[in-house]
Amino acid sequence: MTAPLLDVEGISKSFPGVRALDDVSFHLSAGETLVLVGENGAGKSTLMKILSGIYTRDAGTIRVDGKPVDIASPSEAQELGISIIHQEMNLASDLTVAQNIFIGREPRVGPFLSERALNRKTSNLLRELRIVLAPNQLVGDLTVGQQQMVEIAKALSYNARVLIMDEPTSALTDAEVTTLFRLIAGLKERGTGIVYISHRMEELRQLADRVTVLRDGQYIGDLERDEISVPRVIEMMVGRKIDSEAQRPLSSEIAGTEVSLRVTGLSTRTLLKDVTFDLHRGEILGFAGLMGAGRTETARALIGADPRTSGTIEVHGRRVRISKPADAVRHGIGYLSEDRKQYGLMLEQDVAFNTMLASMRDYTNAIGWMRDRRGRDVTKKYVADLRVKTPSVNQTVKLLSGGNQQKVVIAKWLARDCDVLIFDEPTRGIDVGAKEEIYALLRTLAAAGKSIIVISSELPEVLRVSHRIVAMAGGRITGILANEDADQEKIMEYLTTDSAAEGRAA
Amino acid sequence: MTENSPGTTSLINTAIAEEKAARGGFSGFLKRSVQQSLAFGTLIVLVAFFAIASPNFFNWANISGILLATAVVGILALGTTFVIITGGIDLSIGTGMTLCSVMTGVFITNMGLPIWIGVIGGILTGALMGLINGTGVAILGLPPFIATLAMMMIAQGLALVISGVAPIYFSGTPGFRKIALGEVIPSLPNAVLIMLVVALVAYLILSKTIMGRFTFAIGSNEEATRLSGINTRRWKILIYVLAGAVTGIAGVVMASRLDSAQPQLGMGYELQAIAAVIIGGTSLLGGRGSIIGTLIGALIMAVLLNGLRILSVQTEWQTVATGVVILIAVFVDSLRNKRTG
Repeated sequence: MTAPLLDVEGISKSFPGVRALDDVSFHLSAGETLVLVGENGAGKSTLMKILSGIYTRDAGTIRVDGKPVDIASPSEAQELGISIIHQEMNLASDLTVAQNIFIGREPRVGPFLSERALNRKTSNLLRELRIVLAPNQLVGDLTVGQQQMVEIAKALSYNARVLIMDEPTSALTDAEVTTLFRLIAGLKERGTGIVYISHRMEELRQLADRVTVLRDGQYIGDLERDEISVPRVIEMMVGRKIDSEAQRPLSSEIAGTEVSLRVTGLSTRTLLKDVTFDLHRGEILGFAGLMGAGRTETARALIGADPRTSGTIEVHGRRVRISKPADAVRHGIGYLSEDRKQYGLMLEQDVAFNTMLASMRDYTNAIGWMRDRRGRDVTKKYVADLRVKTPSVNQTVKLLSGGNQQKVVIAKWLARDCDVLIFDEPTRGIDVGAKEEIYALLRTLAAAGKSIIVISSELPEVLRVSHRIVAMAGGRITGILANEDADQEKIMEYLTTDSAAEGRAA
Repeated sequence: MTENSPGTTSLINTAIAEEKAARGGFSGFLKRSVQQSLAFGTLIVLVAFFAIASPNFFNWANISGILLATAVVGILALGTTFVIITGGIDLSIGTGMTLCSVMTGVFITNMGLPIWIGVIGGILTGALMGLINGTGVAILGLPPFIATLAMMMIAQGLALVISGVAPIYFSGTPGFRKIALGEVIPSLPNAVLIMLVVALVAYLILSKTIMGRFTFAIGSNEEATRLSGINTRRWKILIYVLAGAVTGIAGVVMASRLDSAQPQLGMGYELQAIAAVIIGGTSLLGGRGSIIGTLIGALIMAVLLNGLRILSVQTEWQTVATGVVILIAVFVDSLRNKRTG
């Protein structure tokens, strides 16, 4: 038997206060797709950062083709044929596809760059990979999925033999995912070894030749292709069994309760048309829709983050004026963005600062003097209640895992004591075990009398948490369903048929 | 916890130390501030170096001279620290300070108003400029660089027009000199005392009040701050007004020190003040910074210039040395960012 393409043995890595990796091993053969799974904070990203030269390991050996190597920088990783595609993309949006792919390695004619040679080289590469893109397109004009293709082409242009993908599908549409998977199949034929990090169980079944499971920085085990089953994987990830047929909430549970939020005729200049719905006390109202259906836009217009052309909002039966987020917050409406890092958190600040942010006035006296102890106590309470894994409330949020960062955002709004909470993709980038925790948290909050909107692109998630489901398409509400009347097919009908009709009308 | 990685223990010890430091208490606070500003070490090294190199350096007259020389730039730097922590920049503080000096002169000398009204008038002039800067940035959405560049030119022009391109002397009001040069505390010029008081107030605002907290929040992530229900526009305006008022204080101190309002001065002070802020460890990207750092940054520049002068280094080379110190400071800062990132 020949040496595996990549062999990682006994890797350990610690950060101040956290042992991120403890004696982790795995191996990868040419032409193999290894799916690496684990909860947030399991150490997947740290491991990949070590392999791509961003972090250095404390202990352990890495072998490429059986030869021990040191990977001290990203360029050394590239020389060894290891390329990584990060969750966040690293492309310059004002440059073309070709300029991005060969950045720093542009073909020259004499002292000048040759755009023509560059484009030719790029189209050859794209053709070889069967990616349908023009070399001279601006990256900023591409969809997220297409940008991902550019990243992959770029990685492979370095003759990568090991391609690491960190949750590549988290922002892709279904069609784009299909394209990506076709591309991956092609790469396998060429003998590229692929390490694929994912939270999505369906992907695992489709892609994996083998699954390696990490938990709390430790290697838990491998499953060969024929051993892979979702419950088995989840059990290994979280270390306990998960009840997959959990109880769905019923709309009858909230039937008689008062309406806490009533939105009537909400429209915006660009997308929303006459969005009208009620939200009850103790209710979780799911918003389902395809990309561009207008769910996030509804939330942003509702809280005054974006301007609206018409629409009225009533909170607890009283009509309110909301023209900026501060107004929404004053009326007890909090919005948790789908993009935590950009719109939810201050990554450089600590847990206490982030938790206190929306309720800062609660920790000051009349002249604005801070009572930090009170704020820290409140933070400590929520850190305990929500089980945020952090060494202390003074920990910089950047150093927490995605699920724990999400909990900090939730803590911020709970500390503000908002009645209405709008969760936009609350489990995006969060793995199965932590998802369950977030679902449980949503139920607890609703049971405590909060009114909750959950915007989600995953229909099972919508069905799992919502009492009622609002279906949106093309900026309109196409149906409001009671959970007991809904299933995935039915919702999908509402999400697609009406937008098709809309298309015909236009 | 297994023992197979040698670095673990020390890392954990550091973490524990940091945790202790972060918990508060005066010693914790001191530790944190000192750790935060490597500038402090630089200052000590510089002072030690010049003290050894020249016997004339380490005596009270010289020290007090250094402090006096720091005062105006120091006060400007203290105000603008707030703006820089929000991720903004204020280029108008140099010439703005001059306009405040001139207005003080107009009130006291030309209009014959009492000194205290002149002083308040000067400070209000600064606050008004800050209001305009803040409105431009927060309401009109202008980039701070552009809005304050415009104000820098407007202030310079107005200072020249209002004064008729001639200094305004305070010869009729001998008491005015005392604002900067009197000594409430024996052998300590009042200008220095004013700087220290401004520093104390700025420190309290930045680290102990809601305004300070939002200053950091806006600099860390303005959109997330806005979505958290904070009226970021209003706070940004307030921050520029605060910086403007402090510019006004600097203007009064400057006028008092020179016993005249010199309309041609001012240009270049903004860059010295910004340099002091940066040397003090405040990030130009926003979200991070400290008042103590700024104070130390201002002192480093003053000590350096004074020391080089005592060692009879040419003026031109003094400027070069200042530039090199700024480079080193920013470089060290970027190293530190990498390590924590």
